[in-house]
Amino acid sequence: MESLKQKAKELLEAGEIKAVLGYARGTSDTRRPHVAMSALEVDKLVADQACTTNLANLLMKHEIKHLGKLAVVASRPSTLRSLLQLTAEHQVADGAILALVPAEGGVKQLGTAQAFEEHLALVPQKKTEKDQALLDRLKAMPRAERFAFWQKEFSRCMKCYACRNSCPMCYCERCTMDCNRPQWVPVPSHAVGNQEYHLVRAMHLAGRCVECGECGRACPVGIPVHLLTFFAEDSVRAQFGQGGGASATIDNALSTFRPDDKETFIR
Amino acid sequence: MAERYKLTQDALSALFEALAKDGRRILAPTDADGRTELNAVTSPDQVSKQYLQTILSAKETVFPKVERLLSYTTEGGKVDLKDAQPHALPTVLFGVRPCEAGAFKALDAVFNWDSRDKFFNARLEKLAIIGVSCTSADEACFCTSAGGGPGDTQGSDILLTPVQGGYLAEILTPRGEAIQALAPQFFQAGATEDKEAVLAKVEKAFDREALTAKLPGMFENPVWKQQSLRCIGCGACAFVCPTCVCFDIQEEADPKKGERLRLWDSCGFSLFTLHASGHNPREVQSARWRQRIYHKFAYYPERYQQYGCVGCGKCTRACPADMNLKEHLVEAAQAQ
Repeated sequence: MESLKQKAKELLEAGEIKAVLGYARGTSDTRRPHVAMSALEVDKLVADQACTTNLANLLMKHEIKHLGKLAVVASRPSTLRSLLQLTAEHQVADGAILALVPAEGGVKQLGTAQAFEEHLALVPQKKTEKDQALLDRLKAMPRAERFAFWQKEFSRCMKCYACRNSCPMCYCERCTMDCNRPQWVPVPSHAVGNQEYHLVRAMHLAGRCVECGECGRACPVGIPVHLLTFFAEDSVRAQFGQGGGASATIDNALSTFRPDDKETFIR
Repeated sequence: MAERYKLTQDALSALFEALAKDGRRILAPTDADGRTELNAVTSPDQVSKQYLQTILSAKETVFPKVERLLSYTTEGGKVDLKDAQPHALPTVLFGVRPCEAGAFKALDAVFNWDSRDKFFNARLEKLAIIGVSCTSADEACFCTSAGGGPGDTQGSDILLTPVQGGYLAEILTPRGEAIQALAPQFFQAGATEDKEAVLAKVEKAFDREALTAKLPGMFENPVWKQQSLRCIGCGACAFVCPTCVCFDIQEEADPKKGERLRLWDSCGFSLFTLHASGHNPREVQSARWRQRIYHKFAYYPERYQQYGCVGCGKCTRACPADMNLKEHLVEAAQAQ
């Protein structure tokens, strides 16, 4: 933690960056996102196991993006995966954001997509046991039972959009959900409105989800909404042999068109 | 001070039966798939044993997340318009905390401000509240800074305080008396247990009135921007809030029929104040966050002579970015 603070101060003092996006102490032993622009604010940085938020989401926030060159504390591999995917989607320029990865006895400074990829090769992406167990259970369910499961979960949804707003890949300036001329998806959080929202989101993220699980963690009513995109991601991986967050130079599986596509309907 | 009675755990079961016999639905905190939610119950055994609060507030019982206001059909140029009628069931809200019981007053201030809202009133008229005092609190709680307290009686028709062998019952309103009258034998008069001794200790964190006096002078204070840098602009805080009352009106229609719906809205959304022209008077998240604070602690007292926050802390617990309202209000109170 001290080396992280040290590094952050050096970078700020040298003028290499304008701010560090990291973690600070939050309510009841939790950790919260923290923006440090001065040595005083750097001293509040924390790096430990409790730092679970994927900070890449905030890097896309207007007010933070415009602070100037940023360093992000990438305690979680998914933050780097997000940066790779955002680079692949031309939302972040390669080299624009510095990643500080707390490591054994120090801090690793990564500045390019290639460095992110090399680091990620050392830390394999793995779902939590709880997520994997529920995902397996869902996959094993007959379709009608699975549909009933999601209908019950969606009935709790109130469309607060915490899932969307916490997602690093939901960076659209104007989300389809917020378009009202025409209104594509019903706004109310009734059965149809909720279902359409979650299915549109899952489809939009298929092949792009970095599997950080942030959406599920953000949900105030505990809907395991991340499993929808995990499920979609597994399908894309099985069909196309690629997934979100793996590389900065990848074409999205579901939105790339080539004359030699194996599907005839597309040509 | 209302007279205090003793209500044993067995007597509570019998009271639930008496309420059901009287045709009332009982809503209480339950453990549903690891989540504390308000659900219909028939016995105290179904009530969550260990809960601080429900995730969502009890405002749903009078202000549902989606409500139909009217519907219509059109045929041959003729419009048949039907006003919706509120579907209000006689309901007893059991086990809500004193902070939330006190929140209905803030909802009432808006729904009965310039016109009387028939949907809200139809439900409120059929609602009785059996609150339960808090014997524990967490870091998000700040009721004592918001004019309440862990054993506050405001808003409850009956307030129960857990004591050895059952509850201490305070009958506070005619609605409470009507419930007592359903089963008077279960309320033992002359209870002597010390209520204050079992209540949670919630220290006062800031002076609410001083903050209200200060807010008009700190509209441009950098504190709002600092606090809201990590806010992701979702509606979790507003939707779980027992006093947040803002709603949207949506029309769902096709050429033959349609309906008009009222739904929860949030000042945290960028769309909330977006004008048709494209101009947004609250362009950035800091302006929206400031609005949330000002609405509750400046505009509410100015307009309704009461506050729009009861210090329940639900927003803090629900926030994905850990926007801790108590902490941020203390910061505002101390800001230069």
